[in-house]
Amino acid sequence: MPGRHHRFPRALALLSIVAIGVGACTSGGASPSAGASGTPAGSGSGGGGSVEVFSWWTAGGEAEGLEAMLEVFQAEYPQYTFENAAVAGGAGTNARAVLATRLSQNDPPDSWQGHAGQELIGTYVASGKIEPLNDLYEEEGWLDVMPEGLIDLISQDGNIYSVPVNIHRANVMWYVPDNLEQWGVEPPATWDEFLETAATLEAAGVTPLAMGEQWTSMHLFETVLLGSLGTDGYNALWDGSGDWGSSEVLDAIDTFGQVLAYTNDDSSTLSWDQAAQLVVDGDAAFTIMGDWAEGYFKQQNLEPETGFGWDPAPGTDGAFQFLSDSFVLPVGAPNREGAIAWLKVAGSQAGQDAFNPVKGSIPARSDGDRSLYDAYLTSAMDDWESDTVVGSLTHGVVANDAWKAEIDTAIGLFLSDTDAGALGEALAAACAASGACGG
Amino acid sequence: MTAIRRHWVPVAMLLPSIIAIGIFVYGFIAWSGRVSLSEWQGLTPNYDWAGLANFAELIGDRRFQIDMRNTLVFTTFFVVGAVALGLLLAILLDRHVPGEGLFRSIFLFPLAISLIVTGVAWRWLMNPSTGSRSSGFNLILDGIGLDPLVSAWHTSDPPWGMAFVALPAVWQMSGFTMALFLGGLRAIPEELKEAARVDGASELQVYRRIILPLLRPALLSALIILGHLSLKVFDLIVALSGKDLRLDVPAIYMWTTTFDANNFARGAAIGIVLLLSVGLLVIPYLVWSLRRETDL
Repeated sequence: MPGRHHRFPRALALLSIVAIGVGACTSGGASPSAGASGTPAGSGSGGGGSVEVFSWWTAGGEAEGLEAMLEVFQAEYPQYTFENAAVAGGAGTNARAVLATRLSQNDPPDSWQGHAGQELIGTYVASGKIEPLNDLYEEEGWLDVMPEGLIDLISQDGNIYSVPVNIHRANVMWYVPDNLEQWGVEPPATWDEFLETAATLEAAGVTPLAMGEQWTSMHLFETVLLGSLGTDGYNALWDGSGDWGSSEVLDAIDTFGQVLAYTNDDSSTLSWDQAAQLVVDGDAAFTIMGDWAEGYFKQQNLEPETGFGWDPAPGTDGAFQFLSDSFVLPVGAPNREGAIAWLKVAGSQAGQDAFNPVKGSIPARSDGDRSLYDAYLTSAMDDWESDTVVGSLTHGVVANDAWKAEIDTAIGLFLSDTDAGALGEALAAACAASGACGG
Repeated sequence: MTAIRRHWVPVAMLLPSIIAIGIFVYGFIAWSGRVSLSEWQGLTPNYDWAGLANFAELIGDRRFQIDMRNTLVFTTFFVVGAVALGLLLAILLDRHVPGEGLFRSIFLFPLAISLIVTGVAWRWLMNPSTGSRSSGFNLILDGIGLDPLVSAWHTSDPPWGMAFVALPAVWQMSGFTMALFLGGLRAIPEELKEAARVDGASELQVYRRIILPLLRPALLSALIILGHLSLKVFDLIVALSGKDLRLDVPAIYMWTTTFDANNFARGAAIGIVLLLSVGLLVIPYLVWSLRRETDL
């Protein structure tokens, strides 16, 4: 046996050097799946082995939340070793590029995290990479504890494709109550009221609305759309029954343009949390951001309700514009049983109540233990049960990646040329190109 | 036998590189070319023939038009700035200043920094905030009473924002052009300059008539190297401004359309356009330098 290596012909050795190069470049993830099948012989066929879970939760509350949920997983399924394949990078851009590469080589992890809704469906269902989970939902009774609106938005043709772990709310307007009192304004309930309030604030030398880099303007745009069109009109835009060229949409674009004029002029250089800091510092009155901003305000030693306040974004009272992180079951998962075990934990009350208080989000299930959550989160849990659930655009619920990218470009162009007509046309064209508008 | 051996050994030594370059450079170029002519969108490869449709779409694409304009603005300011500053530094150093080695190192240091780091540092320096939140250059300018110069920097209205993006690139690369020009200056025989001075040429005339014409090869190298760098610019802008469309360039569009929108065909088409534009710049240079080598 040992002699064989020495007789290895030289030309082959050279070739193998090249082959190693090829291997290193093309299949960075080959070893984990090999590891999955290469576990000690004793573990048998009734489960076991390693479960590789891919996410972009590498820092902060997200990573800690994952750790907390992992503890639940390991207590319930001690036969599995958990392999954390997290890739760092803002909102998963890098992680998704890595994932796309692995999937194109048919080397999927056992499960991966993605934004529930069309971001997953448009990319991974369309290419046949993930399995429907209807049986698992029925087996685990999740249909009874998760809102119907949520199930609709994360399904395609009656098939449910992912297990939502958490729920964030996108349409939240944040402010510091004492500052508002000092400037003599109230949180506006509609966009018309907002524009009046903004004029008052600007006259007082305060930036009315703090905004950050480009994606936060798309985030603002979706709340303006929702606030102007209402939940039915907003939903219709995404299921193909609405008309992007309608006067209501054009009015919403017009409002969006007016609102943008009241934002800080250095917005393109700020991240969302730096924009929130303007509100904390009293340089700006409001910021519209998803409820992960709550964690930021708490880090600044502000108390919910007294130190910082929140309302639904103008015109969106009674609507819960959600986004959700969820886990999927890939076609050809190396350790399918392990992946299903992970999904069961991700959808369970224990798993969600371990993850969410740490991450600063609410459980997708309506039976979470309210004593674990703070003042903001319990109010969000109330709204989650009572409000009409609609999906977020920026965070992947209502439009697939290709459609969203077209909208992102259209809004980016609007930021520089403020041409409302062109934005309207580009939005209609984007819907047609996506196929949702029968284009 | 020995003759065969003499030929075989160098070929065998080169073979791995030839194979690797064949696959990873030319093979992938060909593959990108094929993808750019396909209808591939989404994660599943789709090689259905699309002809030049992706390229035609790019020409009509407003975002791509902005990208081309931005590239043009950036290239102009970056190349002119880096060449002018590099030449000036080289001429100053060539005057035999004391501590020349120290200055040379100082001017070359920025080259050792990755463009990402440069981008992040200059993002702070060129912070466009004013008033109580101003920082970086704006704070300095305000502090020394030059407040009319307080600027929105790279967030200025298009296309001038792009000209400010060229600032950090000039800062980073002018040391490199300085080194190129300094090498060129040192290669000019002292006798030529002496002869001109003996003939009564002023110092300015010596530079205009003798030195600058002899620096032409160094200038050409600088133009080619800076030019293809600026066509490919990606990291600096991502670090400086994220994915702000006002400062978008083809390489960033290529990345977002490929990996955020899964539009692999369009991404490949942008890649091919980039390759061709770099080729337009580099191939004449290669031909020229090969011809010069054979002349020698």
